[in-house]
Amino acid sequence: MDFNFTPQQQLMIQLMREFAENEVKPIAAEIDETERFPRETVQKMAKYGMLGINIPKQYGGAGADTLSYVLAIEELAKVCGTTAIILSAHTSLSCAPILAYGTEQQKQKYLVPLAKGEKLGAFGLTEPNAGTDSAAQQTVAVLEGDHYVLNGSKCFITNGGQADIYIVFAMTDKAKGNKGISAFIVEKEFKGFSIGKKEHKLGIRASSTTELIFEDCIVPKENLLGEENKGFKIAMTTLDGGRIGVGAQALGIAEGAFDETIRYMKERVQFGKPLSAFQGLQWMAADMKCEIESAKLLLYRAAMVKDSGKPYSMDAAMAKLRCAETAMNVTTKCVQLHGGYGYSREYPLERMMRDAKITEIYEGTSQVQKMVITGQLFK
Amino acid sequence: MKIIVCVKQVPDTTEVKLDPKTGRLIRDGVPSIINPDDKNALEQALVIKDQNPGTTVTVVSMGPQQADVAMREALAMGADEAILICGREFAGSDTWATSYIIASAIKKIGDYDLILCGRQAIDGDTAQVGPQIAEQLGIPQITYVQDMRIEGGEVIATRQLEDGYTVMSAKMPVLLTAIKELNTPRYMTPQGIFEAYEKQVKIWGFADVPVDEARIGLAGSPTNVNKTFSPEPKAKGEMLEGADRNTVKSLVDKLVEKHLL
Repeated sequence: MDFNFTPQQQLMIQLMREFAENEVKPIAAEIDETERFPRETVQKMAKYGMLGINIPKQYGGAGADTLSYVLAIEELAKVCGTTAIILSAHTSLSCAPILAYGTEQQKQKYLVPLAKGEKLGAFGLTEPNAGTDSAAQQTVAVLEGDHYVLNGSKCFITNGGQADIYIVFAMTDKAKGNKGISAFIVEKEFKGFSIGKKEHKLGIRASSTTELIFEDCIVPKENLLGEENKGFKIAMTTLDGGRIGVGAQALGIAEGAFDETIRYMKERVQFGKPLSAFQGLQWMAADMKCEIESAKLLLYRAAMVKDSGKPYSMDAAMAKLRCAETAMNVTTKCVQLHGGYGYSREYPLERMMRDAKITEIYEGTSQVQKMVITGQLFK
Repeated sequence: MKIIVCVKQVPDTTEVKLDPKTGRLIRDGVPSIINPDDKNALEQALVIKDQNPGTTVTVVSMGPQQADVAMREALAMGADEAILICGREFAGSDTWATSYIIASAIKKIGDYDLILCGRQAIDGDTAQVGPQIAEQLGIPQITYVQDMRIEGGEVIATRQLEDGYTVMSAKMPVLLTAIKELNTPRYMTPQGIFEAYEKQVKIWGFADVPVDEARIGLAGSPTNVNKTFSPEPKAKGEMLEGADRNTVKSLVDKLVEKHLL
């Protein structure tokens, strides 16, 4: 068992750390405050080929392993949770299903520009009445000759309004429940497709989270992703991969807050000594460190199991669950250790705590992760 | 066009600590990076390559095996080829011996139009190796370059001086030393990182570089280091506060007293 990074992974960390420090951190507070989507950062990531890290070279990506991709998201999340999820939703939820289920023609037409960063991707599964119960889809797709007609709406869609290409799920056979769902590749210009209201959120405020509206939206038949009525499996396997991305985001947020806090504890003097000299606070730091490192091991292992080609659904669920809970717990404690400054927007801690909460909710709540885990345990 | 870029791997700190007993740099626990000015030199080569398709960029370094990662980083930024001069015989070389070795390696590479170096390394701060390579090769040099362009077979470069700048031109081949004002180095790319490890970093040992053994290593180094030490921190300066005439007058008086005005 080898716990060392490969030389390539070490350079990936160096690259993403420099990029995060120079390009992402300086605007993190501003884009949070103003809820501004960081288009310029997306363009920079595109320029450097960061929007297709783990996509094969033949489809315009860097051909890296999943762990390298995880490390990239982790480094971004250390300074900005929003930027991390933009990359994760694009790669894990939009590129990955086309790579896994798309025809060669779909890969050339959609995956290549996505991986090269010429286009941004998004994923539309959630509906107002189909959250955790994602099989309760009300959006319908009816085949009419050479195209499908989609009607319905999606909500809480990451990169909504900013993305060019959307992986959208709809019922093609209502009577069959989750065996009647199909997946489609929808371009933002398709007739009948529009962007609805934008959400104002607790955290990841610069991430564009919107409704998607389909009113007699015409989707060419060749844009059906995978087979008809097999969309639920596409959604579930895509989310398995997405959970590794969200796990990396959560872990990065926890580490970012922790690093800030260690620095602060060494500098902040009360009662004539630094916070780091108080045993009660030292023990909080020790507990946080253990929590972060154990979450990290679960996450990295999930990434490696995925690359080995073995089933990794349970590994991804455990990693996402533990990383998300770590993010919430650690950021809350880090705000506490900063006292009044932690609560103030002058310091990044309160933002990190707000950003952490979503990781326990999206791409499967913590409770859903436990369902996935127990589903495997008791099958 | 063929460009050679000389880079050095250095400890990532501007506050180099010295072992008080041996006088040597303490490298333990300090991560290594490509020397910052050398990155500007590499960036300039890559800019020229972007503008002139068909240009090749070869990175040359002398250092221990661990400098392999600096070579990979240069490749991941976009260099075409990397040569690491590495051998026990070279150890202990001062700037004169080092520039002799690097110049010998460059002669072996042979065909080049432009050599780019950083102004100076953050560990030794000598700024000698670049100019000495040009001397060893018998080619012109332009140092402290803050701006440059190529016209025909000539390089026209702006040199930064303390109180201004000069514009100079030289026929190629020419050696330039870059300062940070020249450009902003690009990042590596993820794809570049993975391709860098598919390429080969050429390791040139003692047998591969045509050098006179007497002119390299400790024996071939005319520099004798008497003593290295960390200087005592300077005493705190005198602070004058206020925006009134008297304060300004006392400031001027003190500057005159120190012959600064």
